[in-house]
Amino acid sequence: MTMQKLLIGISFAILLSGCSGNWGWYVVNPTTEGGIINLKFLLSGLYYTILTSVVAIVISIVIGLIIALPALSKNRFLRGINRFYVEIVRAVPILVLILWVYYGLPQMAGITIDVFWAGVIALALSDSAFEAEIFRAGIQSVDRGQYEASHSISLNYTDTMRFVILPQAIRRVLPALGNQLVYMLKMSSLVSVIGMQELTRKANELVVTEYRPLEVYTVLVLEYLVLILIVSGGVRWLENRMATDK
Amino acid sequence: MDRIIHVEKISKSFGDFQALKEVSLDVSAGERVVICGPSGSGKSTLIRCINGLEAHQSGKIEVDGLLLNQSTESLSMVKSKVGMVFQQFNLFPHLTVMENLTLGPIRARKMSKSEADDLAMKYLERVRIPEQANKYPIQLSGGQQQRVAIARSLCMEPKIILFDEPTSALDPEMIKEVLEVMTELANSGMTMICVTHETGFARNVADKMVFMDCGEIIESAEPHKFFTNPDSQRCQEFLDKILHH
Repeated sequence: MTMQKLLIGISFAILLSGCSGNWGWYVVNPTTEGGIINLKFLLSGLYYTILTSVVAIVISIVIGLIIALPALSKNRFLRGINRFYVEIVRAVPILVLILWVYYGLPQMAGITIDVFWAGVIALALSDSAFEAEIFRAGIQSVDRGQYEASHSISLNYTDTMRFVILPQAIRRVLPALGNQLVYMLKMSSLVSVIGMQELTRKANELVVTEYRPLEVYTVLVLEYLVLILIVSGGVRWLENRMATDK
Repeated sequence: MDRIIHVEKISKSFGDFQALKEVSLDVSAGERVVICGPSGSGKSTLIRCINGLEAHQSGKIEVDGLLLNQSTESLSMVKSKVGMVFQQFNLFPHLTVMENLTLGPIRARKMSKSEADDLAMKYLERVRIPEQANKYPIQLSGGQQQRVAIARSLCMEPKIILFDEPTSALDPEMIKEVLEVMTELANSGMTMICVTHETGFARNVADKMVFMDCGEIIESAEPHKFFTNPDSQRCQEFLDKILHH
């Protein structure tokens, strides 16, 4: 309900200010041919925004989990690896990491890397440190008795994690993982700087040809708003469902 | 009778606190040992050392002829022979009763699912709750949960079962049903070491009573002598406390 009110409110604000004459809504007017072409152009960025975010979040969850496990070890060296990774990665701004992966990494490693994978890798790496912290907290919240019971029925480490600890930990961190997905959708706008054809890049390109930043960027804001409100709703739904399961 | 557990002068410290001081204990196959003593006396630590949950720092432990050390191989051999029932049940909350029981047999004993299901059903009937097979632990009473935990332990078909205060977390009306199952188990010839203050159970079932205090075994005797005429002053004082309340 709040979402509807919000959208209605924003629409009114836009309509009213559109009357002042400073706005040039024709660039995205769906009743004209040119407007439709421009709108389609803007919306076509949705594909890469969603694809980049989803692929990046999947990779970052996998890396996060791998990085979280040594944090639970009794071995100080292994714990040190976890701390080192988390602290270093968290300290680098996402935009800087994107630039470095796209322009720096190919030169250093002597490989070619396309825009899509450069963007995905940078976003995934950056997010993985946060995922690792989420998983560490989730795994540590599982009672010690669960490990002891697993020990007493002869489960090895892998089976203990796979069948006993992780299923409980993941259930507890699902809402936090959902929030990371929302965060990722927003951060994916940054890969526009290396030319990924996602929402923000499309908007930038249209602004250059139409000279109408106000209107185009307003549509861009709405695109992100709708996308993220839908995803947030999904996360909330999942959260409620998990809660009633218990 | 064959000696199945041999504990020789084991010691264990947690930081500055010495939980076990050169404790020795022998248990024969089929023997029922009940350990009691004030809290912090090292009872739980002793049995946790026997199945490798805690590592002892000196002395030696042999289970069914196998020397227990911290190598993965020795640990896994010993684990497969020793079952354990915990005060807090420690059932897996995200799995059904049936899944709780079959996880060990399927993953550790490499049984097929149908074999494991049959085995689990057999032991659920033995603890008298076959109708709860498809419920989740949270849907059961404490007494039922503890019986599931006993069945889970039995599904590994261990030679010895250790009980760590199995009735301490239960409401009074549920203690009886758990003790009944334990008594049946004892009568079936299972080797058991129970840390418990249930004196009725101890009198009925125990072959040997052990009293621990401050990380040492103070008194070890057959139940009649233990309850009526213990040698040590400390044991007598402890018994006066738990019997006259």
